[in-house]
Amino acid sequence: MLGYIAKRLIFMIPLLIGITVVCFAVIHLAPGSPTDLQTDLNPRASADAKARLKTLYNLDKPLYVQYWLWIKKLAVFDLGESFSSDHRPVVDKIVERLPITILINVLSMILIIAVAVPIGVMSAVKQNSFFDRATGIFVFIGFAVPTFWLALLLMVFFGIHLGWLPISGLRSLNYEYLPPWTAFLDQVKHLILPVLLSAFGGLAGFSRYMRANMLEVIRQDYITTARAKGLSERIVIYKHALRNALLPVITILGLSVPGLIGGSVIFETIFAIPGMGQLFYMSVMSRDYPVIMGILFIGSLLTLLGNLIADTSYALADPRIRVEG
Amino acid sequence: MKSDFQDRFLRNKLALAGAIVVAILFAVSFLAPWLAPHDPHEIDLKNVLAPPSWQHPLGTDPLGRDVLSRMIWGSRISLKVGFVATGISIVIGAILGALAGYYGRWVDAVIMRFVDIMLCFPSFFLILAVIAILEPSIWNIMVIIGLTSWMGVTRLVRADFISLKERDFVQAARVIGASDGRIIFRHILPNTMASILVAATLGVAGAILTESALSFLGIGVQPPTPSWGNILTAGKDNIDIAWWLSLFPGLAILITVMGYNLLGEGIRDALDPRLRD
Repeated sequence: MLGYIAKRLIFMIPLLIGITVVCFAVIHLAPGSPTDLQTDLNPRASADAKARLKTLYNLDKPLYVQYWLWIKKLAVFDLGESFSSDHRPVVDKIVERLPITILINVLSMILIIAVAVPIGVMSAVKQNSFFDRATGIFVFIGFAVPTFWLALLLMVFFGIHLGWLPISGLRSLNYEYLPPWTAFLDQVKHLILPVLLSAFGGLAGFSRYMRANMLEVIRQDYITTARAKGLSERIVIYKHALRNALLPVITILGLSVPGLIGGSVIFETIFAIPGMGQLFYMSVMSRDYPVIMGILFIGSLLTLLGNLIADTSYALADPRIRVEG
Repeated sequence: MKSDFQDRFLRNKLALAGAIVVAILFAVSFLAPWLAPHDPHEIDLKNVLAPPSWQHPLGTDPLGRDVLSRMIWGSRISLKVGFVATGISIVIGAILGALAGYYGRWVDAVIMRFVDIMLCFPSFFLILAVIAILEPSIWNIMVIIGLTSWMGVTRLVRADFISLKERDFVQAARVIGASDGRIIFRHILPNTMASILVAATLGVAGAILTESALSFLGIGVQPPTPSWGNILTAGKDNIDIAWWLSLFPGLAILITVMGYNLLGEGIRDALDPRLRD
């Protein structure tokens, strides 16, 4: 098992190097870089910003030196200082906002699994039933709904029309004065809409995927065997079939990490949630390059981490990999 | 074969509905100057945020501009972004996929590793980072969406190439001395057109969604140019008083994307009924 994890880690090294190369290339699109011919025609970048970019990324040195110096800093998570007036280290700014973004993404993943797996199983077991067709239509619409638009509609309906849920921030204004239990509920209420919407995009794809897997599994010989043994249909479906159908889902969960993280920009901006996505949006609007590059890098690291977790859980769940390593 | 395809496609009502939606979208964007009841840029400060009426069927925005007219003109943006972005991603994806699948070995390893690397980036982050550095113009957006969405196509085309390159017709071409380039582009690539076409149709839908999200965030198509996404921005700012600004552009995006998705899946089913799940 440990050998397997070590193998996955080694496999990630070239990916990590590739990520740094792509990030480095993106930096070089920035004004003031040697590759930028329009520097003086680009009024958005002040002379000051250009000078700071130059020192931050050593833009006056040869390309390979620049890359090496940058990598050395990355290795100790030195992402430079923010261009905004607080001049704080980029790492600090990101790290303090990371927990809430991760919390929302983990919660939406749990929600996706909790909803999509039963839907997928039910529609596969009762293929072509009313339930199957109805969820099929839901899935089809789900694929096409712009989630930021759905966010607006739900804000109007639950937030303004019904007044049930708060529509911005993480806490109410009087949060400090609430007793602990009410305070907790207050946070939960603030998280409902963002988590729901962030999960929505994945729900459609996931339940469809789960259905396809399940359909394939229940046609396998070992399922026929289980039935022939006289096992009850419930045990056949939930013990024999579901386990095997769930396996590939783990991989897909890992693959959905970048989408979820990317989506956080939209939801955190709409719902005014002080997470990494909102920080990214604000940095893009104010052209705070060090923060932009920092989040781009951290975002891809999180994806790698998500893949590693998915691979490891897959190995844990599948004896074939666990044993062979 | 051809009539088989037509037959299956025409019998699939959902696919037909998708084709009709897409056709209407084309018609609306080409006929925008004649269809739009008002000038999409005409500001009318006496008629700010007016609810739907006979004069303004879908209401007006915070500057008193006619929402219907802006949406009709905005359909051109969706069409343009969808096709140019997808065109870019298809060209990149087809070439890289063809090379990886045909040559295999280290060419394949390098290209597929690059695909893995690109898939590590939350694509929305990558798009935003590049836009922050360049200018948020419609051209930049189309190019950036295209440059960040070719990975799926590469995998598809590669898989097709791997299974096709051992076939007899390829061997035959090789025997008569056809060059690699000729075999790749004249013999194998035309046979992958089915998967490319399906990927392209679904890709257009994805590109339209991405553009609308970018424009909604104010980093996409810049006002005063109307796009469905940036009308929704005004909708968000006036969410408690002007529901029509939020409802209609979103519906337009939803229906358009659904149309392309239905069309794409319809083409796939018609080309190869075995692929239907």
